[in-house]
Amino acid sequence: MSFSVRDVSWSAGGKLILDAVGLDVPEGATLGLIGPNGSGKSSLLKLLCRLRQPQGGVVTLGGDDLASLTRLAIAQRVAVVEQQAATLEELTVREVVALGRTPHRGRFSPWTAADEAILRRALDQVDLGGRGDQSWHTLSGGERQRVQIARALAQEPRELLLDEPTNHLDIQHQIEILALVERLPLTSIVALHDLNLAAAFCDLVLVLKAGRVVAAGPPAAVLTQGLLWEVFGVRAQIGRSTRAGRPHIQFLYDDPVRRP
Amino acid sequence: MTRRLGGWGPRALFALAGLAVLLAAIALAVSIGEIAIPPATTFKTLANRLFGAGYEVGRVQAGVVWEYRMSRALVAACCGGALALSGVVLQALLRNPLAEPYVLGISAGASTGAVGVMIVGFGAGALSLSGGAFLGALAAFALVLLLARGARGGSDRTILAGVAGSQLFNALTAYIVTSSADAEQARGVMFWLLGNLGGVRWPDVYLAAAVAAAGFAICISQARALDAFSFGEEAAAALGVPVARLRLVLFAATALMTAAMVSIVGSIGFVGLVIPHAARMLVGSGHGLLLPASALAGAIFMVLADILSRIVVPGQILPIGVVTALFGAPAFALLLYRARRPE
Repeated sequence: MSFSVRDVSWSAGGKLILDAVGLDVPEGATLGLIGPNGSGKSSLLKLLCRLRQPQGGVVTLGGDDLASLTRLAIAQRVAVVEQQAATLEELTVREVVALGRTPHRGRFSPWTAADEAILRRALDQVDLGGRGDQSWHTLSGGERQRVQIARALAQEPRELLLDEPTNHLDIQHQIEILALVERLPLTSIVALHDLNLAAAFCDLVLVLKAGRVVAAGPPAAVLTQGLLWEVFGVRAQIGRSTRAGRPHIQFLYDDPVRRP
Repeated sequence: MTRRLGGWGPRALFALAGLAVLLAAIALAVSIGEIAIPPATTFKTLANRLFGAGYEVGRVQAGVVWEYRMSRALVAACCGGALALSGVVLQALLRNPLAEPYVLGISAGASTGAVGVMIVGFGAGALSLSGGAFLGALAAFALVLLLARGARGGSDRTILAGVAGSQLFNALTAYIVTSSADAEQARGVMFWLLGNLGGVRWPDVYLAAAVAAAGFAICISQARALDAFSFGEEAAAALGVPVARLRLVLFAATALMTAAMVSIVGSIGFVGLVIPHAARMLVGSGHGLLLPASALAGAIFMVLADILSRIVVPGQILPIGVVTALFGAPAFALLLYRARRPE
């Protein structure tokens, strides 16, 4: 088991954001976190990499209590891609990706051939091979997201956490990024807005509503008409996607308020 | 692929060039002054002092060169280097290009402490002016950190707390000066506040050098962690940086460096704000290179500013803070213009 979350609660500013959440993520799985805005997807991701500490419950990683691990130990194993990374520094693409090597390098150890190879491979994986010397500030939103994913891959993680990584991408790169995430031999947890992308590329989905887990399991079992109505308040027909066995959601635009 | 000044060869060359310029600036600073001393005499004095050469040199002239000018130049160098280092660190930690050593209320606190000793007589003579400045600086810094902590951290909150702290201590200083000082004292305070290397002697050199060296060692050991702050505190934490501890260590280091320098020479603006940006334009924003480059550039800048402060107005020494701003601001404007981003 990669992550195991038991009865985790977290509140901020007196408001309960996550309420007795539980989940198990098998090694190598791609798990999609879905739910309306404010349902707690981002907060759950932050608890998983201990950027926040739960007030109740336990998160374990590979069997170890996350609270007992050092920041460095977590960073050597878990990489995070935030929703929208921003910097004021004048950095090149290479310099950003090289940050991913931080947890694996000593304070004064030089940049090695191995670091260089990992960096190049990470850039190739996101299709930015020849762009290393370009300035971060001249990149499009989608390119920035891909650079951040390359940075995360340069961290050589076993777990990859992504908070809405497709937000600023055109459709081609949305599909490419999720196909890449699914293909990587990593455990990936992805907060996603697009339910069809979640259905097509995630082995498992976890549905959150107002901080509670509503359903969890393979997309075909979870994404039902009833659930879409209950959680998102929309009517839909569930068909089959071109990806074998995956559900495809067709929203019914004309009569969204009548219960199916 | 090329990296800006990557590899150790170019870096070593760059460092050597910087050091050479610094030494040249110090040599210049030692040769120039109100009393005209022939270069040969200056050279002989330095040779005597540094290598025990044993030349015949007049005692007065030797004293001016070594006791007065040399110590002054070295303190200026340490001070410029330390302030520039502090600026780099604070700009990285607070992710704010306007952050500088005095943003945490340090200079305001120092001036209150100095004024307290000079005018009110805190410490009943046991406390020197610089001692008062040092204590004031640390008190203000502690207050600002407490305030920032109470406001639940965050870079913006820290800067706001610093602004509030600065205003408070500046008001205290103004209150003390206007309510208790006579005109002569007020003028003395003004002069001190704008930076003054006049009273500097060798013991000050030892203190400044020790503080600058220790500060540099602490900062450079955290260069990688500072790089990780490029995308913010959470990104740094996700890269394994112990953010809270790092902030504390580096804030403390910059506070001590700044407080020590302010207590020796008064508060000198501009260097800590601008030198880091100038250095960034030269060597990029990787802290492994940026920290030493800023320290060197700050040292060179301050030594040159001190020379200017002594020769601009014949027969009078300008406060060095006036010179750093008067000559530094246009130079920086030029740099800023030349490095403007393409549309």
